[in-house]
Amino acid sequence: MSKQTLIVIGNGMVGHHFLEQLTSSAAAERFDIKVFGEEKLLAYDRVHLSEYFGGSTHADLAMGTADWYADNNIDLHLNEQVTAIDRDQKTVTTPAGTYDYDELVLATGSYPFVPPIKGNEHPHCLVYRTLEDLDSIRASANGVKTGVVVGGGLLGLEAANALKSLGLDAHVVEFAPRLMPVQLDADGGALLRHKIEELGVQVHTEKATTEIVEGEDSRLRMNFSDDSHLETDLIVFSAGIRPQDTLARTSGLEIGERGGIVINDQCTTSDPHIHAIGECALWGGKIFGLVAPGYTMARTLASALNGDREAAFTGADMSTKLKLLGVDVGSIGDAHGQTPGARNIRFNDEQAGHYRRMVVSEDGKTLLGAILVGDNGPYDTLLQYALNGITLPDSPETLILPESEGGAPALGPDALPETASICSCHNVTKGDICGAIDAGCSDLGSVKGETKASTGCGGCAALLKNVVDSELEKRGVEVSKDICEHFPYSRQELFHLVKVNGVRTFQTLIREHGKGHGCDICKPAVASILATCWNEHILATDHVPLQDTNDTFMANMQKNGTYSIVPRVPGGEITPDKLIVLGEVAKEYNLYTKITGGQRVDLFGATLSELPEIWEKLIAAGFETGHAYGKSLRTVKSCVGSTWCRYGVQDSVGMAIFLEDRYKGLRSPHKIKMAVSGCTRECAEAQSKDIGVIATENGWNLYVCGNGGMRPRHADLFATDLSDEELVRTIDRVLMFYVRTADRLQRTSVWMENLEGGLDYLKEVVLEDSLGLGRELEEHMESIVGTYQCEWKTAVEDPEKRKRFREFVNAPDKKDPVQQWTTERDQRRPVLETESA
Amino acid sequence: MKARTRWDSVCKVEDLVPESGVAVWTEDGPVAVFYLPHRLPALFAISHTDPFSGSNVLARGITGDIKGEPVVASPLYKQHFSLVTGQCLEDQDVSIKTYPVLLDGDRIRLEVPAAQSETAAA
Repeated sequence: MSKQTLIVIGNGMVGHHFLEQLTSSAAAERFDIKVFGEEKLLAYDRVHLSEYFGGSTHADLAMGTADWYADNNIDLHLNEQVTAIDRDQKTVTTPAGTYDYDELVLATGSYPFVPPIKGNEHPHCLVYRTLEDLDSIRASANGVKTGVVVGGGLLGLEAANALKSLGLDAHVVEFAPRLMPVQLDADGGALLRHKIEELGVQVHTEKATTEIVEGEDSRLRMNFSDDSHLETDLIVFSAGIRPQDTLARTSGLEIGERGGIVINDQCTTSDPHIHAIGECALWGGKIFGLVAPGYTMARTLASALNGDREAAFTGADMSTKLKLLGVDVGSIGDAHGQTPGARNIRFNDEQAGHYRRMVVSEDGKTLLGAILVGDNGPYDTLLQYALNGITLPDSPETLILPESEGGAPALGPDALPETASICSCHNVTKGDICGAIDAGCSDLGSVKGETKASTGCGGCAALLKNVVDSELEKRGVEVSKDICEHFPYSRQELFHLVKVNGVRTFQTLIREHGKGHGCDICKPAVASILATCWNEHILATDHVPLQDTNDTFMANMQKNGTYSIVPRVPGGEITPDKLIVLGEVAKEYNLYTKITGGQRVDLFGATLSELPEIWEKLIAAGFETGHAYGKSLRTVKSCVGSTWCRYGVQDSVGMAIFLEDRYKGLRSPHKIKMAVSGCTRECAEAQSKDIGVIATENGWNLYVCGNGGMRPRHADLFATDLSDEELVRTIDRVLMFYVRTADRLQRTSVWMENLEGGLDYLKEVVLEDSLGLGRELEEHMESIVGTYQCEWKTAVEDPEKRKRFREFVNAPDKKDPVQQWTTERDQRRPVLETESA
Repeated sequence: MKARTRWDSVCKVEDLVPESGVAVWTEDGPVAVFYLPHRLPALFAISHTDPFSGSNVLARGITGDIKGEPVVASPLYKQHFSLVTGQCLEDQDVSIKTYPVLLDGDRIRLEVPAAQSETAAA
């Protein structure tokens, strides 16, 4: 059967999600997929648009990559607007050509509503929807003082936050008597207004703008119907959205009275071969202006196209939980109590700035809706009661009272039914999580990887952890943190014991705090802890037997028992003379030579007894050990930076060398990789590193907790526009906190994901010093930096340590007979098992 | 006919590394000698050859005990071998040679089977 053509018009969040769903199903085989996007850029996360002014780039916000589209054989046409649909011929037309379709999906989204106010065509009247809009706002805000947002809803307040982060005096003008009129009531709106005004955003409610004219002190002046006025330099309209349904209208599809492409439960329009999803679609007379319902439509349509006859969109929960300008706001279900007979329970603490309202059914047994302002603490619990119809406790008010006033603790995960939705972004239920655990996931990280739960907005992280812990416990999986049978402690606890009691050897530790003789789990872990605390040479008599073989011999063991050597080349910068020495040494010892991904040279095939001789030569030429063998800093990769590159804005090589010299030798729970890029083009791939630094015109942006490997993870933006000193101080703190608190063999990514509170918590600890540990972490790092020694230099100078490098202690000249060699591409390599015999 | 054996001196005490192993060459091939001073007896000798890779590396593994059994972990693929019986803890079908070992003054002696050629000649 020949393939059908499926065309998707629109490349936004929902359109992209639809493609992800479709390509991971069997339907992918049935269709050739074409996508048309009006914007120049690949689909990106509009929910976090305001982060664009905080240093995030399109790449940070992007939902997918061009490679992803290519890998999935999706023919992507960006910056190509579809201008017409011919339903009879089943074609779509763009300025570039006409294309046939068998099935057509409209994911055209919405456009911002600009109220018909005289003067709204002024060039400094803008909207807030796309990254291009944000570029315009940034350009308009350059060098001026004041900005106004028209619209006090969710998006309007986001826009006000954006203006504030551009350094403008921000105002919000709202027609209704309160902020967020859809989600909040009068008391909630009043508290939100108070909090936002405290943050320096001025709020003007019950203002109807009649005209926009030239200003006297500023560019513009807004005249209001009550004869008051406001001067401003720019205006951002954020007064709601309208479905982008023009194409559907002109091609004669059924359209709702107030706009929107009418769809049925399968997301199909009045034409059976045309479907619509997201904010352009009208279902049950409603437009859904949130991303989660759009995702649900996308999943429904993908399933339907995949032949699932049961797939149906049945409406969506419009509950929202947000941080607006740093203020918690939550709104659940029937927040205004419009259900007949509904009753209200309110808790209003003006002192603390908390407002909570519950709307309960007439019989007081079910929760219909809720409003929270100031603290979203009870949100997760309330949402579960509302969504799952769980019977309320006898005194439902306890759910919103502070605990000191007899408030009930959060709803335990056991009380949730299997159908309870834990992660609404990816539609993961408690049942899905239990399924993943039954299928072998045994910790939070693997459940996240398997189900994708908590990898969208992340709002459900705490709830997810509770469910996973409770389910593991129920299955008798002892959620044991013990490192092994010899120590009833986690790595973090062992770290404490060592540090607090001044323990300096493994023998003391196991005698006083453990049992038995240790093993290959606890010994290297303790060796790493001892190194972090006291930084003694890893080959000191007490420490030698603790090390993994790679640490013991300070080289990387290969499959035939020989070793590879990676001298440190800080930042990847090397002089021709040193490069020649590497070549000469490799030639002398017949070492296979390969360039690594971290910009180093790896020399393979050295025998144990050759290692000290080789290192003598390397040290004489000025090389240091590269720690490629250790759980420690491996490499700091860099691009060539502003010294040579015409795009570079900072000296990335200089910074990379500085960072590598600072952190070399730091022993850690797992290997650490870093990179420094000299501009936003990111040639050093810093966003795939544990610590990634990207130059900006004003300093450095810091990314943390990324990695490549088996489970690649994009690093998170941690802080922006840091000076050199701020950068180093921040990295000191992040690394030291990691080294102290991570489990053994836990990369920074998994460590951060398992911190309760995740990235936000890490930011609090490091940037806001919420634990008061900042100074201690810096001092500890300083002491490690100050006691650095090149392990190889110390080793080759010490005859006792060199004795360890004898292959056979009784036969110095004996060559290991199993090491057999052959030549391939002009270099020596081991004979493979399949070749010998 | 029982193969003739003998006690070979393979190295001195000062060659050993406490809590770890060293490799020696014997007529029976490469042998790993471990010295665990916190145990009695303190000396163990097993084949130096890791049966899973065929490489001579076991003396470079980390020693310890699993449920009381003294073991070494292969530095390549991390399987544990009993220092007493040579049994692989992860795979019942795999075990390696062990050798009686003793301290004679400052010399370490191993009881190794005589080399093939000598056995044939005898």
